Amino acid sequence: MNDLRSPLARARGLGSGKTGTGHFWTQRVTAVALALLTPWLVWMLVSMAGGDAMQAYTVLRHPLNALLLAAFCIAMFWHAKLGLQVVIEDYVHTRATEVTLQLLNVFLCTLGAFASVFAIFRIALTA
Amino acid sequence: MATRERPLSPHLQVYRWQITMVMSILHRATGVGLWFGAFGLAWWLVMFALGQDHAARALQCVSSPLGMVALFAFSLCLVYHLFNGLRHLAWDAGWGMDIPSVYKTGYTVGILTVVVTAAIWFFALGGA
Repeated sequence: MNDLRSPLARARGLGSGKTGTGHFWTQRVTAVALALLTPWLVWMLVSMAGGDAMQAYTVLRHPLNALLLAAFCIAMFWHAKLGLQVVIEDYVHTRATEVTLQLLNVFLCTLGAFASVFAIFRIALTA
Repeated sequence: MATRERPLSPHLQVYRWQITMVMSILHRATGVGLWFGAFGLAWWLVMFALGQDHAARALQCVSSPLGMVALFAFSLCLVYHLFNGLRHLAWDAGWGMDIPSVYKTGYTVGILTVVVTAAIWFFALGGA
C-alpha cells in the first residue's frame, strides 16, 4: 500500500454514521427535554378538556405556556426527525426511495416545527 | 449491486416472544405513531392561529368519535414512549442493564402506561 496517510486519516469521515455520536447525543438531549416538558404539556391539555375555544385561547396566550409549548414543539420535531431517520435507514433498502424518504422526513419535520412555533407566537401576540 | 444470500438476524420466526423484544418493537412503533401525532399537534396549533372559526372547527374535529380515537391512541403512544424512553435513558447512564432489572423495569413501564393513560382520561373526561 503506497498510501502515506495514517489509518486514522483514511477512516475519518467514512464511518457509516458519518457524524460520530452526534445523532445519538442529540436524540438523548431532546429526549431529556421532552421528558421534562411532556408532563406539563399533558397537564395543560387535560386542563383544556371539555372547554371551548375561548378557554383554550386563554391558556395558549399565557406567555409561559407559549414559551414552553414552543420549546416542546422544537424538541418534539427534532426528536421525531432523528427517530424516523433511523427507522428509514433500517427498513428501506432501495437507495432512491431511502434518500427520498429521508429528505421528506427532514422537510416535513422542519416545516412542522416552524409552523408550530409561528402559530404559537401568532396566538400569543394577536387577537 | 449484486444481492448476496446471507443470513439475516434476528430470526423472528423462530424466536419465542419475550418482553424485551416486545417492548423494543413497541418503542419504535409508538415512536412512528408519535411522528404522525406531532403533525396533529402542529395542525391543531395552526388552526387556532387562523382564528376562532377555525379553532372551533378544530375542537369539533378532535371531539368527534374518530378524533377521540386518534387522541386516545396518541396519549397511549406518548405515555408508553415517555416511560420506556426513561428506561432507555437509565440504560444509557449504565443503570439497570442486568436481566432481572430489565424485566422488572419492563413490567413497571407496562403497568405505568395503563395506569397513567387511564388517569389522564379520567381527568380529561371530567372525572374529578
